[in-house]
Amino acid sequence: MNANAENHREVTIAFRGVEYFIPTRAGAPVLSQISLEIAKGETLLLLGRSGSGKTTLLRLVNRLLKPSAGEVLVNGQSVGESNPIHLRRGIGYVIQEGGLFPHYTVAENVGLVPGLEGWDRRRIASRVEDMMRLVGLEPREFAHRKPRELSGGQRQRVGVARALAADPAILLMDEPFGALDPVTRAELQHEFAELAKGLAKTIVFVTHDLHEALRLGSRIVLLAAGKIVADARPEEFLRVDHPEVHAFAASFGMGNKARA
Amino acid sequence: MSVLEFMVSHRVEILEATMAHLFLVAVSMAIAILIGVPLGMLLVKQKELRAVALGFASVLQTIPSLALFGFLIPLPFLGGIGTRTAVIALILYALLPILRNTVVGLTNLDPAVLEAAEAMGMTELQILVKVRFPLALSVILAGIRTATIITIGVATIAAAIGAGGLGTFIFRGVAMVSDAVILAGAIPAALLALAADAALGLLERRLKVV
Repeated sequence: MNANAENHREVTIAFRGVEYFIPTRAGAPVLSQISLEIAKGETLLLLGRSGSGKTTLLRLVNRLLKPSAGEVLVNGQSVGESNPIHLRRGIGYVIQEGGLFPHYTVAENVGLVPGLEGWDRRRIASRVEDMMRLVGLEPREFAHRKPRELSGGQRQRVGVARALAADPAILLMDEPFGALDPVTRAELQHEFAELAKGLAKTIVFVTHDLHEALRLGSRIVLLAAGKIVADARPEEFLRVDHPEVHAFAASFGMGNKARA
Repeated sequence: MSVLEFMVSHRVEILEATMAHLFLVAVSMAIAILIGVPLGMLLVKQKELRAVALGFASVLQTIPSLALFGFLIPLPFLGGIGTRTAVIALILYALLPILRNTVVGLTNLDPAVLEAAEAMGMTELQILVKVRFPLALSVILAGIRTATIITIGVATIAAAIGAGGLGTFIFRGVAMVSDAVILAGAIPAALLALAADAALGLLERRLKVV
């Protein structure tokens, strides 16, 4: 898409000295000194407590928020200088509870972005069917249902299908499985891990669940009070010597490994 | 003379007054909707203006109806005696419930849905037309329903400035100290209000999309 991309060696998303603070709110910034490069095809798990700034970091990528200082680059182009509508249609976005349109059917929800992009009807219909099968929803049974006629897990599947429909190179996920019961969550995590392998997309996934981070990530970045305090592959993550890593490990009953 | 006898003997006159009443209400409501709904849409992204507009509409509604009719009479272009002045007063009364419900309906939505719409790369206009408006429709209709019932009631006072309608009987009955004549205007007006309430309530439930 962009000639600059090659000069940036496979880096899909880059944060350069990003600060984010809310002008009306005194006190510590929401994010500070964030520099991070996310390579093409990585599944980066952004881990942190509530209020650590992880969702803010995610929203800077598709310009739902603008950095107070520094810049965010997607495919080598500064997000602040790109057309936000065009940028967002190339980035899939999944949030907790799905954020599905309650007045649209499942098929209409999944076909939303292709429709905005002006695909013809037949192409949208076939894409919607493919996406629904991909996330394990039989089109004939679910295509015409409204979101309220689905279970939480099914809604989340629709959310993933909608995010993938226009085949974006980047997928942003904000605690997508956070509101699900533990059994459904484990199922979706497992399916998502399989799905992600085949997709070759750059994925940024926000969670406060250490198990989820270890299970799904190809890389884990830990945020604490708006700063990156750990950045490691999952198999090395628990060995990072930082109090916040110890705190997460201890709360998930993995304290021994952390000290080992 | 009983109410029934009076109504039967004056049925043509009452029917004419009912039609005139309906005409006043229909014209006023149509204009109020054409002003209130688009205005509400324009105010979705204007937080400060929103408060000003809603405040202004609330103030209009606090003016006693008879006084409002009176205030309008001496105004050039808008005022005078007759239907036009009455319609303007009725529009001013209908505006608040329509505007308020439009604004509330369009803004009081699930933030996750709005965030998703924005993140999917919808433009502001697409979000307004494809997301906010369909989800707000039943709330907007509830405002229109309230405004219609208010307008049917207030329109009886329009007779005081020569705009006709069912108020003619009410004012005549007051002057004659005759309950039967008052009721000949009041009963059809009440029935109109009930019918409008039921019909619009049905429509509101039909159009509820979620």
